[in-house]
Amino acid sequence: MQIFVNGEPKTVAEGTTAQQLVEQLELTGKRIAMERNQSIVPRSQYAQTELREGDRIEIIHAVGGG
Amino acid sequence: MSDTFELAGKTYTSRLLVGTGKYKNLEETKAAIEASGAEIVTVAIRRTNIGQNPNEPSLLDVIPPERYTILPNTAGCFDAESAIRTCQLARELLDGHSLVKLEVLGDAETLYPNMVETLKAARVLIDDGFDVMVYTSDDPIIAKELEDMGCVAVMPLGSLIGSGMGIINPYNIRMIKEKLTVPVLVDAGVGTASDAAVAMELGCDGVLMNTAIAAAKEPVRMARAMKLAVEAGREAYLAGRMPQRIYTASPSSPDEGIFFTRKRA
Repeated sequence: MQIFVNGEPKTVAEGTTAQQLVEQLELTGKRIAMERNQSIVPRSQYAQTELREGDRIEIIHAVGGG
Repeated sequence: MSDTFELAGKTYTSRLLVGTGKYKNLEETKAAIEASGAEIVTVAIRRTNIGQNPNEPSLLDVIPPERYTILPNTAGCFDAESAIRTCQLARELLDGHSLVKLEVLGDAETLYPNMVETLKAARVLIDDGFDVMVYTSDDPIIAKELEDMGCVAVMPLGSLIGSGMGIINPYNIRMIKEKLTVPVLVDAGVGTASDAAVAMELGCDGVLMNTAIAAAKEPVRMARAMKLAVEAGREAYLAGRMPQRIYTASPSSPDEGIFFTRKRA
């Protein structure tokens, strides 16, 4: 199925969880936060959060700024 | 030093808050922040670079939240909704940390704050349990409104973000400081050390800056200069400056005991 990660289309297996997505993106253990269709996905919920076709995922981190 | 200031229930010694943008690299960021003595450090919230070197060090590795109070900002947001989303992501990123710097910008050229959207966002964020430090125009009425809503700090601009033009309207900054009881910090516009000193001499509780340090030829040295300027300005404010006299001098040396005859005066 196709989802969007940070605005880019990405094909993932049916039933992929947020946790698995983070692993696939090699972001495990990084200081990140995730939004799915404009709602926060708490880190504690990654394993239980199954992604769906067309989901818009945003994965953010802190960068330099004033 | 007993002259501390409180923000959202936490006590700080340093009255200089610094940003982390525009530095050459993370080493320079780290060195400048250390030299500034800042305890509160702002960061921006952006998309991760998917597919890039996963071992690349990240900002929070060099500015660890265990050591610094991280102040996520909503820079780049031009409406309340995106600012609120940014704060919610930041809170999740920082494990429930509720202190945020709210800025909702009005236009890309001046980066002047849009106060209508800022007020909207502040209301929602405060109701959602955030401790909001708010970037604002230097209008004392709006500043008071933000305090009354429950913002934990009000941060008027000295001049436009990144302009280095200093404090254009010191009277408004002073008026805001005199009307409010929450901490007032000058945010934006500081260009050099004397600007920071002026902000503190006006009675402000602190100064937040980024470009003035990051865009200096020697950022680490400027960071030190800003630390000293903020301390000097604060000390001068606490010491209570002498009254200004217009057209009237006052000699520092005594008139008594003069051993010569004055030919004039």
